[in-house]
Amino acid sequence: MYVAVKGGEAAIDNAHRLLAEARRGDPAVPELTVAQIREQMALLVDRVMAEGSLYDPDLAALALKQARGDVVEAVFLVRAYRTTLPRFGASNPVDTGAMTVARRVSATFKDLPGGQVLGPTFDYTHRLIDFALAAEGTVEPAAEAEPRADAGTCPRVTDLLAQDGLIELSPPDDGAPVGDLTREPVDYPADRALRLQALARGDEGFVLGLGYSTQRGYGRTHPFVGEIRVGEVAVAFVPEELGFPVPLGRIRLTECQMVNQFKGSGAAPPQFTRGYGLTFGQSERKAMAMALVDRALRAEELGEPVASPAQDQEFVLAHCDSLQATGFVEHLKLPHYVDFQAELELVRRLRAEFFRDSDSMQEAAE
Amino acid sequence: MSAIGMLPLEGGAPEVAQVPSPVRGRDRVRDTPYPERPDPSPQPSPERERGPGASEAGEAGYNFAYLDEGTKRMIRRAILKAIAVPGYQVPFASREMPMPYGWGTGGVQVTAAILGRSDVLKVIDQGADDTTNAVSIRRFFARTSGVATTTRTTEATIIQTRHRIPETPLREGQTLVYQVPIPEPLRFLEPRETETRQLHALAEYGAMHVKLYEDISRHGHIATTYAYPVEVAGRYVMDPSPTPKFDNPKMDQSPALQLFGAGRERRIYAVPPYTSVRSLDFEDHPFRIQEFTDPCALCGAEGVYLDEMLLDDAGRRMFVCSDTDHCEGRRADGHVGTGDAV
Repeated sequence: MYVAVKGGEAAIDNAHRLLAEARRGDPAVPELTVAQIREQMALLVDRVMAEGSLYDPDLAALALKQARGDVVEAVFLVRAYRTTLPRFGASNPVDTGAMTVARRVSATFKDLPGGQVLGPTFDYTHRLIDFALAAEGTVEPAAEAEPRADAGTCPRVTDLLAQDGLIELSPPDDGAPVGDLTREPVDYPADRALRLQALARGDEGFVLGLGYSTQRGYGRTHPFVGEIRVGEVAVAFVPEELGFPVPLGRIRLTECQMVNQFKGSGAAPPQFTRGYGLTFGQSERKAMAMALVDRALRAEELGEPVASPAQDQEFVLAHCDSLQATGFVEHLKLPHYVDFQAELELVRRLRAEFFRDSDSMQEAAE
Repeated sequence: MSAIGMLPLEGGAPEVAQVPSPVRGRDRVRDTPYPERPDPSPQPSPERERGPGASEAGEAGYNFAYLDEGTKRMIRRAILKAIAVPGYQVPFASREMPMPYGWGTGGVQVTAAILGRSDVLKVIDQGADDTTNAVSIRRFFARTSGVATTTRTTEATIIQTRHRIPETPLREGQTLVYQVPIPEPLRFLEPRETETRQLHALAEYGAMHVKLYEDISRHGHIATTYAYPVEVAGRYVMDPSPTPKFDNPKMDQSPALQLFGAGRERRIYAVPPYTSVRSLDFEDHPFRIQEFTDPCALCGAEGVYLDEMLLDDAGRRMFVCSDTDHCEGRRADGHVGTGDAV
């Protein structure tokens, strides 16, 4: 006989305790510190900051520790915290042209003012597991670069192209307040600023897949990496009562300027167009994919047919958020007894009718 | 006090001037806590469970019922608009909540926005008070607001629900808050928001009728068993959330206020008390609800929605009330089911 079970509360408490124990793992192994995660899992921390839309390496590292290394869960912790923070204003736009670059590469020009700066990159490593890392050891210090004559000046490639009118100009800052998709529901069609916001906090895997799809013909954009730069920029804020910018600190960013072919139209001469990607921390994959998708989403504006998923802003914006996606996918594990019961009843009825009909058909045939 | 009258007042904060908070390094600055206010209508009841933070303002460091007052005001505005235009989906700036999208963040935000200190909260999932997510959400509000909680439908002033409407008829002054996954009834016919908004604006619901008609021509029945579309106040077609269609008739002319929150999709909609809610159908194929052949095996109730329990691997099963409070109440009143498996 069935007896109604009451045990939800105790079950939840015990599950939480078990989770805490599982998170810690074998107590004989020393516990990870937040500083260790921040320093040695830096790219993971960067990803959590980017998708969590909050620049705070310590908090992101702590979230990763709490989430047992689950990126989406860590992003969730950061976002849920972020949403409770008071907003006291918007900073001045950061100037990536004045970035102190740690890395800067252009795929369109062999040399350019500021030079190609390889920086810390996996790009030309051989992906052989380094078993020496299993044993802890000290790292050979990195070589110091000879300062170039033009060190300190690192103009954006797109600015250089724009001088000759070869690439469209960035739309001028009209001073209008920029929308905030965390404070206002997105109203379609969304403008480019909102689309970039959504992509910047969008799931890296999803944005990567979409960007990739444009390279395989689903919304082709003929891209070149004008430039990727990684480095620190200063953030300044103008408090209303002071009226002048006050530096808040420096943040690390990755910026990608994609240069895309455009044959021109009746109204516009042939020139290159832009796709833009920007993320917190160092994440070239995300910044590049974002730039590809940004350009694809400009299809309508540039008079191109909108036929592929990456060009469809409702498709991209409604599905790129990892929290929304994971929430709705994973909610399927919540109980659905009553809906399933409703479907069971229907399927049973339809089956009964099916067999009744086929029986009577058979009788008629006989 | 009527439920509508409660909205702006009961949970409403006095207009507090927004004092800029100093933000220093890692200080976790939050909005000023909700000011303590005398309970206007104390209804002492020994059977209510008090939340652990009942005597205090709720969870330390968080505002009453978690959300800051600015956010609550924004949500209340959306709710008022939703009530004014029954069945219309009002966009709102849904916040990231400390539980995942899909777990009821829309319902939680609506409840947080309307909850007042004298409210008594009931939370159900699949009709039951003791399913894990119902327990989790009830605890969340007990912890962050300290309001009284209950499992009794009759005692509750606010009932947050996922997938069911209680069997006990609701009364005036009660508010039913639904958790909604996909608020757009036309979504599976037209995936684009720009299109569906236009269809609603023009009251162009032909596609929905065609879908129901195709069901009939294919299966002989309308094959929608839950989230069955309804027309509200003769105007908007609305998704009643994934409640079984069994519950649709309870929405019609209900004395209670019905609010719907979809967090991930950022929409709020409402059915005010005593509003017509008509399930879409055809003259020759009238709307019908599910019927169960046997009564509840525990309390003997008929005409209620039942859960099917699998008892063993030989196919023995038992049908019992999905609404646990209704079932317990009946058994306390001496009703007994057969206790038999079928």
